[in-house]
Amino acid sequence: MVLFYAVMEITALLEIVDVSRHFDDFVALDKVSLRIEAGEFFTLLGPSGCGKTTLLRLLAGFDQPDGGDILLEGKSIISSPPEQRPLHTIFQNYALFPHMTVAENIAFPLRMAGITKKDIQFRVAEALENVRLPDKVRHYPDALSGGQKQRIAIARALVNRPRLLLLDEPLSALDAKLREQMQIELINLQKDIGITFVYVTHDQGEALALSHRIAVMDQGRIVQVDVPERLYGFPNSRFVADFIGKCNLLEGYVHEQQGDSVTVELDGLGMVHVCRSETKCVAGSRCALTLRPEKIRIAANVSPTGDESHFSGSVHDMLYLGDVTVYIVALSNGLLLEALLANSSSGRTNFFEVGDFVEVAWSCDAGHLVLE
Amino acid sequence: MQGKAWYKYLLSLPPMAYLLIFFATPTLIMLLASFRYAGEYGGLAPWYLHESGRLTLDLTLENWQRLLETDIYLRLFLKSIGYAVATTLICMVMGYPLALMIARSGRKNRDFLLLLVILPFWSNFLVRIYAWMIIFSPVGALTRMLNGVLGLIGMGPVTLMYSPTAMLVCLVYVHLPFMVLPLYANLEKHDLDMLDAAQDLGAGKWRRFWLITWPLSLPGITAGSILVFIPVLGMFAIPDLLGGTNGIMIGNVIKQQFMESRDWPFGSVLSMVLTVTAVAVVLLGSWLGRRR
Repeated sequence: MVLFYAVMEITALLEIVDVSRHFDDFVALDKVSLRIEAGEFFTLLGPSGCGKTTLLRLLAGFDQPDGGDILLEGKSIISSPPEQRPLHTIFQNYALFPHMTVAENIAFPLRMAGITKKDIQFRVAEALENVRLPDKVRHYPDALSGGQKQRIAIARALVNRPRLLLLDEPLSALDAKLREQMQIELINLQKDIGITFVYVTHDQGEALALSHRIAVMDQGRIVQVDVPERLYGFPNSRFVADFIGKCNLLEGYVHEQQGDSVTVELDGLGMVHVCRSETKCVAGSRCALTLRPEKIRIAANVSPTGDESHFSGSVHDMLYLGDVTVYIVALSNGLLLEALLANSSSGRTNFFEVGDFVEVAWSCDAGHLVLE
Repeated sequence: MQGKAWYKYLLSLPPMAYLLIFFATPTLIMLLASFRYAGEYGGLAPWYLHESGRLTLDLTLENWQRLLETDIYLRLFLKSIGYAVATTLICMVMGYPLALMIARSGRKNRDFLLLLVILPFWSNFLVRIYAWMIIFSPVGALTRMLNGVLGLIGMGPVTLMYSPTAMLVCLVYVHLPFMVLPLYANLEKHDLDMLDAAQDLGAGKWRRFWLITWPLSLPGITAGSILVFIPVLGMFAIPDLLGGTNGIMIGNVIKQQFMESRDWPFGSVLSMVLTVTAVAVVLLGSWLGRRR
């Protein structure tokens, strides 16, 4: 264990220690600590105003923290101005220089670093090759499409090999189709060049798709840091469960815990059994059972197996989305439960109509308990 | 589609009519006048001459020849261009930091500072020049103070009034807002993320200014320079009041031809040269602006 931490100590590229930032009375960041490893695709995720952009600006050096420290490869960078930090930012609106050609834009950081003309030419060509736009050398930015501008901005930020690339919602200005394409490109690019990415977004889908690890932020604090699968499957709070993906939150009390097996009394529904629980809970405390819509089985007659909980209700609303249909089921106590049914298994497009009597069931390990 | 095109021309009719009536027509009249004789009692002589019962067109190149006979007019033109260039450069050097400061200050301060820039327009141009005459007057506080200091270090007294310095100060004073306002309009539109990006990519504050802000503000500088250069080129009120006998510029001579010498044809010749110079400056400016 000691050895493990020693290794961690060496590989942590960026260390954020108790960083705080206040704007008058507003607490933008409240003692935030994070470790980001070399080569990671790390995402700061949260609703607007959660402090993720503030944190990014502190990393870039455009703003100074009121407390705490930021260490890059073990050395504090707080006192260095942005132009001396070995990291670059991709801005939301790309911030390309409109009076310079694509080549001049990409050459800019190399010129600033005092690299010779010959080397600059070579590296600009290489950078353009990397983002697959070698024929745009002489174009001006306003002759490029949104996706091309994005790629030039990335090429410009990567051309002098920063230790870290900060990306501030870089895909938010693109339309949905292009965004998906750029997401795949970003993943591949990051994998190929191996530079650490710190990515800021409010789009949970994007965060899940791109990241190695995600830090979920809310009101200036980090709520949970984990890999995407864990974040989705085992949120540590109602906030994370609700923010990442769609989620049913069933409120109740912990009735009894025996090892990883918990009995929960859900408000108005009664006892349910939760197995393989990873949550340490105390009998009698408030909790919520988080249930993803796709984990809920819905049928006219579910005929539950032994370890499934089941309830009856009626279809309150439905959303036909093509590949799947979302059913909002009103349980007998009035609680609304969202369940997903894939439209693949049968030729029918709709299994139920609004008002139909249905039954829902989920297995004991489908849900995850949150206490906060 | 055709209807649309028709509509477009209709919309441009008022400005076209304006230009035709107030620019093209007077210029044409002036051009024609430059080839006519001056009237016996001022104004212009008749178009036609009655000669042994026949009507002959009475036009001449005399006025244009007179322009080229001596180098006095050329020197006056060059002097006027010199004043215009100097005023433009001083306005640029003084106006740029001011415009930048206003553009980068907070919204509330910005409106107030802009108000201060426009404030002089609220009083009459001539009144403001008379105010400068009081300031520069030999018995005025400024001259006395300056001569007091110069006297201490054993230098002779100077007069500020009726000097090129006085003229230049006043020219700059009057035209500074015309440099500041278009520059401000340009600088205010700059995307500040671009400066952050430049800093992020390793540019210190001087390089951020010279590589980003300055080149992007060139259209504003061009617009401001044209707005300063052209009125200074034809200026006559300031040299009249502050320039003294040696201070005359080409505008004074033109005014003289029309008002005192009553030689409209020669005044028209000088005006034509001035107009062509001004148009050339505008074309040069827009050509520079179009170039990357």
